[in-house]
Amino acid sequence: MRFLRLWQALILFGIFALWQLLSSPDILPPVVWDNPHRAAFFFGEPVKMFKVIWVWFSEGAIYQHLWVTLQETALAFVIGSVLGLAVGLWLGLSPMASALFDPYITAMNAMPRVVLAPIFMVWFGLGIWSKVALGVTLVFFIVFFNVYQGVKEVSPVVLNNVVMLGANRRQLLRYVYLPSATSWVFSSLHTAVGMAFVGAVVGEYLGSARGVGYLIQQAEGAFDINTVFAGILVLTAFALVLDFVVTGAERRLLVWRPTQSETERL
Amino acid sequence: MAVAVENANITIRHDMTVAVEFANITCTFAGRGAAGSYTAVKDVSLDIGEGEFVSIVGPTGCGKSTLLNVAAGLLRPSSGSIRIAGEPLVGINRSAGYMFQAEALMPWRTALANVTAGLELRGVARDAARRKGGEWLERVGLAGFGDRYPHQLSGGMRKRTALAQMLILDPRIMLMDEPFSALDIQTRQMMENELLELWSQDRKSVIFITHDLEEAISLSDRVVVLSAGPATRPIGEFVIDLPRPRDVSEIRHTARFVELHDRIWHSMKEEVLKGYKQTRNRVAS
Repeated sequence: MRFLRLWQALILFGIFALWQLLSSPDILPPVVWDNPHRAAFFFGEPVKMFKVIWVWFSEGAIYQHLWVTLQETALAFVIGSVLGLAVGLWLGLSPMASALFDPYITAMNAMPRVVLAPIFMVWFGLGIWSKVALGVTLVFFIVFFNVYQGVKEVSPVVLNNVVMLGANRRQLLRYVYLPSATSWVFSSLHTAVGMAFVGAVVGEYLGSARGVGYLIQQAEGAFDINTVFAGILVLTAFALVLDFVVTGAERRLLVWRPTQSETERL
Repeated sequence: MAVAVENANITIRHDMTVAVEFANITCTFAGRGAAGSYTAVKDVSLDIGEGEFVSIVGPTGCGKSTLLNVAAGLLRPSSGSIRIAGEPLVGINRSAGYMFQAEALMPWRTALANVTAGLELRGVARDAARRKGGEWLERVGLAGFGDRYPHQLSGGMRKRTALAQMLILDPRIMLMDEPFSALDIQTRQMMENELLELWSQDRKSVIFITHDLEEAISLSDRVVVLSAGPATRPIGEFVIDLPRPRDVSEIRHTARFVELHDRIWHSMKEEVLKGYKQTRNRVAS
């Protein structure tokens, strides 16, 4: 479609315009509420929301919060992925361990892990590590299941071939299982990064002194709906940037993967 | 002159040192559920001479690959023994290279990295390995394709890469399991000629599995015919006295080739029909 980006931008603009129109106390006569300011109280006003964002970025107050959230997300992703990869490889390669731990893995995955947040706060304090811990529990299982499945589905022919080329057991891990499992980690990259982000923000929201989640929670306490929406908007934009970075990383790291259509248009 | 040498080689074949010796090999697989156990090969005795090119032909599903896996050390026979150059085989056969029927390249490695994998596993320095890998890619006609990933190569190119991957380690024995069966006929004949060309340079021992009798005759010194499964065993052995060097597409039209083909086909026909009938019964039941 031509001008796709333009149309997308127009839709965004339209949504904000409509929102502004419906919540503005002076433009439309009050229909639902008798008090004309009630709509703005509940739904905020985009103009004021953007003003908050503008102040955040122009005065630089937001950067330390974004930095904290980014740190938590990155740490949760890296630690969760490494743990998931290691445990996934271990259980994937050892049928004995897999049979032994299977019910525990299933149980821990079924448990809603957000309830662990208060416990982590007691253990790790209000700093970044309690949020990292929450993110790790979310990321771990996504990576773990992918790697576990990936190890089970390594092509036996490729495996035999590498054995015939002279690999011992440890070399098999390095030459076949690890690259194959890593590709599965990368195929779950979007979900894993998203989960790390959720862990960070929810953790901040439940108790912290810094981070974008903390900003939102503070504004909510003061019934400052415009700031809440401003925080949500910043988080969304931040998540989009993360996703963009992940897509770029994926494209570079998975060049060896066949894509659906290989042909180029001349 | 070349012909005379060839014939001389064949007459002394029985005095050659034996590269691979199957002695009364039986492979029985434990059955799943009610299927019961399945004997793939039974009581197979077969010698492959040093520097000899032997093809094993037989109807589909007759346990040809089982024999090859035994020679590779990937599969231990239920009974019988396998000797490599006179020594009983323990574990993986380190003097053998194996070319598989299915795709066996590591998809996450480039063609060059696939070719050099065996050298890396043996601890050869990276630079030396890459140099040698480049040379081998050139020898199999893939110069300039070293940085492509397997999915970016055609089927024939992937087979060439696999061939280079095996030959770079200079194995004394080459085990080939229908390596060209997935290729179209033109590419296939080209690969067969290139294989013969490479083989003639240092005459490794080759066990070449195929279901294509013409391919077997045009490549080999000897063709071994297997019976239909289960409990496959060799039922005939034919010395191929066609002169080398051969061109696989031209040699098919010579009188001697046609004569050999008729003879071997005649001995195979019954088994092929038996195998076909069994497969049909299996599908029906």
